Amino acid sequence: MQRPQWLRNSMGIYTIWLRDVRRFLRDRPRLIGSLVQPTLFLLVLGNGLAGSLGGKIPVSAHATDGGSGYMAFIFPGILAMTVLFTSAFSAISVIWDREVGFMKEVLVAPVSRWAVTLGKVLGGATVAMMQGMVMLLMAPIANVPLTVGMVLLLIPGMFLVAFAMTAMGLAAAARMRSMQGFTVIMNFVVLPIFFLSGAMFPLAGLPDWMGILVSLDPLTYGVDLLRHITLGFADRAIATDVMVMAGFGSVMLALSVWAFQGHS
Amino acid sequence: MSSAAPWVVETTSLSKTYGHGVGAVEAVRGVDLTVRQGEVFGFLGPNGAGKSTTISMLCTLVRPTGGRALVTGLDVHTHPHEVRQRIGLVFQDPSLDERLTAFENMELHGLLYGVPRAERRRRIGELLELVSLSDRARELVQRFSGGMKRRLEIARGLLHHPTLLFLDEPTLGLDPQTRNLMWDYILKLQREQGITIFLTTHYMEEAEHCDRIAIIDQGRIIAQDTPTALKAGLGSDRVEIGTSTPEATVHHIAEQHGLTATVDGDTVWVEVPDGAAFMPRLLAHPGLNIERLAVHRPTLEDVFLSLTGTAINDDSPDAFAAIKASTRRGRGL
Repeated sequence: MQRPQWLRNSMGIYTIWLRDVRRFLRDRPRLIGSLVQPTLFLLVLGNGLAGSLGGKIPVSAHATDGGSGYMAFIFPGILAMTVLFTSAFSAISVIWDREVGFMKEVLVAPVSRWAVTLGKVLGGATVAMMQGMVMLLMAPIANVPLTVGMVLLLIPGMFLVAFAMTAMGLAAAARMRSMQGFTVIMNFVVLPIFFLSGAMFPLAGLPDWMGILVSLDPLTYGVDLLRHITLGFADRAIATDVMVMAGFGSVMLALSVWAFQGHS
Repeated sequence: MSSAAPWVVETTSLSKTYGHGVGAVEAVRGVDLTVRQGEVFGFLGPNGAGKSTTISMLCTLVRPTGGRALVTGLDVHTHPHEVRQRIGLVFQDPSLDERLTAFENMELHGLLYGVPRAERRRRIGELLELVSLSDRARELVQRFSGGMKRRLEIARGLLHHPTLLFLDEPTLGLDPQTRNLMWDYILKLQREQGITIFLTTHYMEEAEHCDRIAIIDQGRIIAQDTPTALKAGLGSDRVEIGTSTPEATVHHIAEQHGLTATVDGDTVWVEVPDGAAFMPRLLAHPGLNIERLAVHRPTLEDVFLSLTGTAINDDSPDAFAAIKASTRRGRGL
């Protein structure tokens, strides 16, 4: 049974992807659990801050403004949050895979390391994208009228964001040996990235230092992209958003491939 | 790339040194091993002797720093993926995805190793049957007992038709009854699937099941032969003679057989090359009042002890766990 290596690697990518997707579809508690946090942010922060911020929020092109535009404004940010958290969780699960030993089964297979890494990133990204799609159910509550066209654009849009975020999480988790790494990644990577992304606040009128940090945050461009699709306006050009996400994702993918390579 | 090599495993001066300079650790120092097609080969050694490192090199997980290793006729260094395709591995620690079913775990493995769909389905059914897990195929692995998981891993390791199956401590942590059952499966595999099995074990009585064994100590192979030959090399049987006339018996043995016997109470001990042949000759002499006779053959435990100076199981459980943990880290898994 002599197969060319490219075929082995393609099958490897597919297998790793399939495992993540299958586990996700089976794990209802995880699916529901991971929707709780974004829903809370949307409903509680959305309603809580709407009153005081109402007038100062940029008006959306699509939102049927029920009261204030704040809920609509943060809706794409909440989608990005869902994608970010799910991606991070998928990426960090490699630490768990290592701890329970499953990683060994994959590492001794006749599949190249880069293929395993790519499969993992694609799997995590697919799961995060699907999770984001589920969050679209909240669109009516946020007063964002969705069209079929928007949904069709959101699939690749969220996938791109999910890909970049999973690759980033994987690069961070690749060399970690214990689940303590989970908290480290959550506190030092995921939360700052979320808070600085402009998911919850408009970017106009920020202090300079924060403006710089926001521009350095890759998720800023992801939020911007999703805002373009759902609200029809945003701060940056769509091309910039796409290029930054794709570029950042590729660099992070390369970094995680490198990190897994060195790890015998 | 001939797969018809006479040896399934052949290493020459295989070595592994971790680190450089003063702090360097020579884990394996020039190991020569040969494993024949179709045999059950036992690889024994005290903890830290270089067992894990050697196996990791044979499985292409660790790169040798010296010497050469051919597995199924292929160099592990130049053809790692081809070697991986031809070997099956069952690790000491479980490596199943517990959130998936037994069938799904098998299926993932088949996909990773490129077993075609129809073949995969058929073989999964066949192997689950072989390890008596057919009726649990659709159950999540997290509900399985330790023995069931180990069996599933063995079945999984065989899915892609490997020529050689590595079993690292296949019976560790299982109760004695399950251990015996595991051995039934292992020997059945060898018989029915014609597979070569390379295993490590801590249980000396289990090493008796092997066709040949190699003992590694401090990174070197100190013995490699059949269990029978190794025991024979240790020398003689010890014959235990219970008698009411110990002095006369000792005297008789010295005179008739030219051997020196020792007395311990009413028991006389004598070492002879072949205990089974010696006993009838002793009984044929009418003057001795013999009440009981027994032959003690040297065990592999004795062989191990005489070669390494330590019993294989004399370390405390804590030390054992610590060493396992450190080798796991060392292997980077």
